[in-house]
Amino acid sequence: MTAEIGQFALILAFVLAVVQSVAQLWGAARNDAALMSVGRNAVLLQAAFTLAAFVCLATLFATNDFSVALVVQHSNSAQPLIYRLGATWGSHEGSMLLWVLILAVYGAAVALFPGTLRDTMRARVLGVQGLLGAAFLGFLIFTSNPFSRLFPAPLDGGELNPILQDPGLVFHPPILYLGYVGFSIAFSFGVAALIEGTVDNAWARWVRPWVLASWLFLTIGISAGSLWAYYSLGWGGWWFWDPVENASFMPWLLGTALLHSALVLERRGALISWTILLAILTFSLSLVGTFLVRSGVLTSVHAFALDARRGVYILGIIAAFTGSALALFAWRAPAMRTGALFAPLSREGGITLNNLLLLCATTTVFLGTFYPVFVEVLRGDAITVGPPFYKITFIPIVLPLLLVAGFGPFMNWKREKALPLLRRMIIPIVLGMIALVAGVIVFGIGRPLNILGLALGVWLVLAAKMILIRRWRIGEVGIGEMARLVRATPLAVWAMVLAHAGLGVTTLGITGVTAWQTNKVLSMNAGDSLALGRDTVTLQSVQVVRGPNYEANHARFHVEGPFGERILISERRFFPASRTTTTVAGIGFGPLGDTYISIGDQDPQGALVVRMWDHPLVGWIWAGGIIMALGGMLSLADRGLRRVALKRGPRVVSANPEVQSQGAVA
Amino acid sequence: MRRLIFLLPIVLFAAVVAAFVVGLGRDPSKLPSTMIDKPLPVFDLPPVRAGDTGLKSADIQGEPRLLNVFASWCVSCRVEHPVLLALKARGVPIDGLDWMDRADAASAYLVANGDPYARVGNDQPGRAGIDLGVAGVPETFIVDRRGRVRYKQIGPISPDDWTHVIAPLMDRLRAES
Repeated sequence: MTAEIGQFALILAFVLAVVQSVAQLWGAARNDAALMSVGRNAVLLQAAFTLAAFVCLATLFATNDFSVALVVQHSNSAQPLIYRLGATWGSHEGSMLLWVLILAVYGAAVALFPGTLRDTMRARVLGVQGLLGAAFLGFLIFTSNPFSRLFPAPLDGGELNPILQDPGLVFHPPILYLGYVGFSIAFSFGVAALIEGTVDNAWARWVRPWVLASWLFLTIGISAGSLWAYYSLGWGGWWFWDPVENASFMPWLLGTALLHSALVLERRGALISWTILLAILTFSLSLVGTFLVRSGVLTSVHAFALDARRGVYILGIIAAFTGSALALFAWRAPAMRTGALFAPLSREGGITLNNLLLLCATTTVFLGTFYPVFVEVLRGDAITVGPPFYKITFIPIVLPLLLVAGFGPFMNWKREKALPLLRRMIIPIVLGMIALVAGVIVFGIGRPLNILGLALGVWLVLAAKMILIRRWRIGEVGIGEMARLVRATPLAVWAMVLAHAGLGVTTLGITGVTAWQTNKVLSMNAGDSLALGRDTVTLQSVQVVRGPNYEANHARFHVEGPFGERILISERRFFPASRTTTTVAGIGFGPLGDTYISIGDQDPQGALVVRMWDHPLVGWIWAGGIIMALGGMLSLADRGLRRVALKRGPRVVSANPEVQSQGAVA
Repeated sequence: MRRLIFLLPIVLFAAVVAAFVVGLGRDPSKLPSTMIDKPLPVFDLPPVRAGDTGLKSADIQGEPRLLNVFASWCVSCRVEHPVLLALKARGVPIDGLDWMDRADAASAYLVANGDPYARVGNDQPGRAGIDLGVAGVPETFIVDRRGRVRYKQIGPISPDDWTHVIAPLMDRLRAES
């Protein structure tokens, strides 16, 4: 029964999505309030029915309904409840259902919290959102129905891929999708603005919170994914330039650019058509990411659903949405005004440079990811691109970006003079130079990437701190005045300081682990010990233990270091249902670095193959991500507070006076 | 003139979509190899494992053998690795060509994940791989007793590939005089 209810809810949601888009777009075109309000109800109902379908699927997994094909393929009765629920989105069909659900939830959020958004703009945004919903619900219903039944029903199911049986599965996909799919709102706003033919500062003010929210979820999602790969794949890497990682990284890079250009548009009314183009492209990259995972056009460890027909469908969706949006852009955007002018050396100029570098970086990742496809189409033979490609293309683009990111916040809007700017930043500049010299001494001149990584990481953290130091006038005023200044610091400033400093922390982490990591591989018997980094590692015991649906070789290590001692457990798990083996590394996390131990097979004499790494500063990589996300949260909170405090009339920037007056009235 | 700049995004996008459409139609496992029925190109590679002899093209003959091209940085190779170990356990002779990789990284990789290879050679410059027409890793060449390439597997060998394609071919090659 539950499966049929879910199926029915899904079909209703599809019909409602169609109603939503027609009523909203048509209603906005005729400025018909009644029609728009029908559309608005359709948005909420569509979200409710999509949620109902999702709850039905989760129930099927929780209750072990093996008459449903999807449950049989990805779950069995021995699987713990949490992973049975996680299996809801651990499969292709289920993860697409989650995708559609999050799309619908974002639509409902716009409908429920429009703020100062004018009715026609809101209707157009929700209309475009409805089209997206209909396209993906259609995809789900016609090519990947999650509720298909099996007859006769087997007694027990298969198994969720054991690599996915990890707490990471429970959090990582939903958070990542909240980021990925959230950019659909920016896309819809962009298309709505192109349909209306007018963009003003208010547009940027409306769209920025959605971009911020998506960006911060994506930041957390990518950090969590990297951490998950680090501890579960068992070889101590934290980023692999895998096509699917790239698929989430590209929208993040371009979303970061969008975040900054929307700021310029909001504050200065400049970079208008550029911001709209970024909004379209960012979400298009999210779609491309979905295509990448679902189509089999590239193979990767993540590609758990390879089906060319689905690939064709998603490619069709991309072609239709991105194609129409870019056609609309080519048609409408030239008529929009170019926006306020600014000198090359100014905050706007800095952000433009940031945008260009981020766009180049995104293009590099895009080319690296799809190079095999392009080369094969052009030359007829296939090649793959590994980490060395990114080392020589991506990193040289990112290094100047890190340099600029330090300067940006110190620049004045509109125009800036070089000398006063340098004088304001003299402390971080000098300390950054010292870090550079220290880097040359520590690493030697032959390792420029390590040297620059160290210097730029230090530079970013200090430059961000300098914003606060200047603001609080430390050393210039008394303690009472300073306390007042600290309290008066707006959340938006804290947000920027944290986001930029977080980037610096991540840079330092990457530099530390690439420059100083060491590893040892050896056979160990119980009682053996060795020195690793500053630690002494002893293998205490090896035994076989039994989990709920696996058997494991369970090794206990005693690690003694300068900061105390601890026990690390490393396991190699065998899952009989799918006859696969996974590794659970024993990791001693610490602020200065990790001890990472993973075990391999036992040889006939009983000795255990052990691989150990000392990973200095590796934790800083994810800590930086969390700090950046925290910055995003503060910025969102700041907007919430300020929206209550002031409601200014929008400044209109548009092509013709007619639309301008229309905008001003609204 | 200004309008043309605004047309640029959609023109680029159309090109990308066209490439995807063509790309979707291809089947990566069906790529032809120019090496089929030709003798292996001559190479003599330094060892990966300490105290080992490395890999010479002249070594790969006498009986039908697999020549597996891998690298420690390659994710799909890790997926393929358990299959290779299982084949080794069944007595299938496999040689390894460690492509565009550092020998110490590859050696550590083999220690940590198990070592399915009879001989392994390190091809850090990638020259031997290029002569073989290696497009990406992993790839596996099936070489007959006279040292000629008879089949090329692109991408990881799945248990299915082994049962349905490679094992029957190996049996046939073994029966050849």
